[in-house]
Amino acid sequence: MKKILVLFSHPKFEKSRANTALVNHIKDMEGVTFHDLYERYPDFHIDVPAEKELLTKHDVIIWHHPFYWYSCPPLMKQWIDMVLEFGWAYGPNGNALQNKTCLNVITTGGSREVYCSEGSNSFTIRQFLRPFEQTANLCGMSYLPPFAVMETHKLSDDNLNKNAIQYGNLITLLKDNLTNNDCKGFSFINDIHKLNTP
Amino acid sequence: MTGSILFEAIVFLAGAIICVSIAKRLGLSSVIGYLLAGVLIGPYVLGFIGNEGEDILHFAEFGVVMMLFLIGLEIEPKNFWNMRKTILGMGGIQVGGTMLLSYILFSVLGFEWKVALVISMAVALSSTAIAMQTIKEKRLMDTTFGTSSFSILLFQDIIVIFMLGFIPLLSNVDGNASAEKHSEHTNLLESLPIGFQTLAIILSVVLIIVAGRYLIVPMLRKVAKTGVRELLIAAAFLIVFGISFLMEYVGISPALGAFLGGVVLSNSEFKHELESTLEPFKNLFLGLFFMAVGASINFIVIAKSPLTIGGILIAIIAIKAVVLFITGHIFKLKLDQKLLLTFSLAQIGEFAFVLLSFAFGLNILSQDQMDMMLVITALSMSLTPIIGIINERFILPKIGTKESVKRPMDHIAKSHKIILVGFGHFGSTIGRFLRSHGVEATILDHDSNRVDFLRKMGFEVYYGDATRLDLLESAGIAEAKIIICATNKIEVSKAISKIVKEKYPHVELMIRTKNRYDAYELLNLGNENIYRESLETSLTLAKDVLSKMGFRKYTLNRQVQNFIKYDEDSLRRLASEPKREDNYIFRARKELEQQEKFLNEDFKRGIVEFDNHWDSEHIRKAVDNKQNQ
Repeated sequence: MKKILVLFSHPKFEKSRANTALVNHIKDMEGVTFHDLYERYPDFHIDVPAEKELLTKHDVIIWHHPFYWYSCPPLMKQWIDMVLEFGWAYGPNGNALQNKTCLNVITTGGSREVYCSEGSNSFTIRQFLRPFEQTANLCGMSYLPPFAVMETHKLSDDNLNKNAIQYGNLITLLKDNLTNNDCKGFSFINDIHKLNTP
Repeated sequence: MTGSILFEAIVFLAGAIICVSIAKRLGLSSVIGYLLAGVLIGPYVLGFIGNEGEDILHFAEFGVVMMLFLIGLEIEPKNFWNMRKTILGMGGIQVGGTMLLSYILFSVLGFEWKVALVISMAVALSSTAIAMQTIKEKRLMDTTFGTSSFSILLFQDIIVIFMLGFIPLLSNVDGNASAEKHSEHTNLLESLPIGFQTLAIILSVVLIIVAGRYLIVPMLRKVAKTGVRELLIAAAFLIVFGISFLMEYVGISPALGAFLGGVVLSNSEFKHELESTLEPFKNLFLGLFFMAVGASINFIVIAKSPLTIGGILIAIIAIKAVVLFITGHIFKLKLDQKLLLTFSLAQIGEFAFVLLSFAFGLNILSQDQMDMMLVITALSMSLTPIIGIINERFILPKIGTKESVKRPMDHIAKSHKIILVGFGHFGSTIGRFLRSHGVEATILDHDSNRVDFLRKMGFEVYYGDATRLDLLESAGIAEAKIIICATNKIEVSKAISKIVKEKYPHVELMIRTKNRYDAYELLNLGNENIYRESLETSLTLAKDVLSKMGFRKYTLNRQVQNFIKYDEDSLRRLASEPKREDNYIFRARKELEQQEKFLNEDFKRGIVEFDNHWDSEHIRKAVDNKQNQ
């Protein structure tokens, strides 16, 4: 069974309806370490050795965050800048994360439709996530398509709950070793067969 | 010539003003000025004051009582308790040692053993008035020397109770006669057995503590409510008079009682009010006391046997000095602190007047013996400031902590010079952090123990009073970039700020302050960099409390930053408002009003809800509205 590390970054978690629902559903699952970065490092002073140790102990790294301005909140960027060190995560002998699995779990206000070349945001989610994808690649991790909960402002409580359950199912699949093969042809991991067959 | 009270008042006041201002002009302690004034107006020089000098002395002892009350106000009960070992240890060694040696001296000189014993008791006691006044004047109260002196003096205040209880046992006449003869000293306890005496003393101490909490403080609150300023003065005097009366009634030194009363009230909100009310009166009374000591020096007695008196005087001072030096040594004081202690307490104190006349009343001492000892006491008190000056000007500079020790400085430290005033808890943290960045501050401090330690650690340290321009100059103020005032004494910071603004305006000042009122004053003196010591710590604590209650840490962090900014803004806004009341009580009340205003404003402005960043709620509402339209 694979161990899952959820690196959660939300500067105002207490005000986020969508993320509260998602997090509550998965944070106490067996084999999941829920790591609340804004609560742990409110002053942005990241304990790099502790973070590295945490990474080493897990097989799947999830970057769970709201999709602010087509990217992640600042503390998560800070985390990437500081923890993924040269000579450890990448570069010569930088193979600490080799063969781990990595993906983004994001919440967006916009719908899938606005994230395309014809839509108001001009680019797809996957395109916006390129920096994360390449970060994972450089560190030798296999990068899976994102799990995205979109149009959060319009989402009914029922639908939000469905998404949360799906997030939970995704984590169960990840524990059993979900690979890129299972995701072939899908831009969102939400859509893969394994998650949608009853 | 001495009949009119008005005339006497004029003589005393004029004498004080003339002599003290001359003494101060010469850089001497005010005590010398007062003593000299006393000698001049006394019966043997100008003769303005006759033999009533001793009555005045008795009256003026009230200054000592007030002084101890004020000292008590500055010592919180907890600190007093922490000092118990020093008080018992140092005091015990000093009194015991001095009594033993002087008993031997007077026995060798051929005095009867009872006489020798009484005299040695009187000799063991030092002058609280002279020693504490000098220490306060030189602002040395928080040095090792200051606390040591204070502990010894306090022990003496306690031990004198037992001496007064013991002396009647030596009496040559039967009890009835002595009581009759000495009715002025009659007190409640004389007629009681020792056990009851102790009980009565303990009871009266408890009474002071209880009354302080449940009687005095409520009374002061009532008085403060009337808003009549002079009622507060009356109340302050009532407290001190009341305690003194009670203490004299049960036979304890009124000074000790007043000290206890002060300690009890040191936690109350009236601390500052009482201090500022009594301070000027205390100084006047003490001045009167010193003048009375000067006036009571009986030059006829001296003229009769100058050699004997001179010899005994020197021997006593030598004995006291040696014992004090050894005491200081046992308690591991630095050499210069030891010398300060040695010379500042090497006199016979005002208690001797009481003990000696008491023993005289009981027929233990003869008239001649008492006169001689009274003269020696007065002379030894007068000599103290002079010996102190010799120590300060000639001995200490050679062996004590030097004002500065030269040390090669690296280039960066030289071109970006930082001067750090005060190396206590606050300053030391600053110094350590600067040093960890390779920035060596030049430190100014007035505790020589600390200075020596810092020099051993390799710091460049100047020893002395940081408000002296010459010391600041030798510490290099001319080429300094920043001066940090880390002292908790607002007067020192204000004085430095004035010097800098006048003479070295290019130097930037960064000042620690205790509270917003000190901050107002410093802001109004044109200082910009004010650091209130409690602001961030208290907010950090509050933040952690809220965090434990489930608030998110990052949000709290941002709110703390908001709060600090908002509070700094309001500080600057309020500093420019004209001050109406300087009076502490009214200020304290105003402070409460202000706090209330702050809280209301916080609530209205909604500091916590003000921060809407990353809050998707309002976006959701906007989306909903759009859908509904």
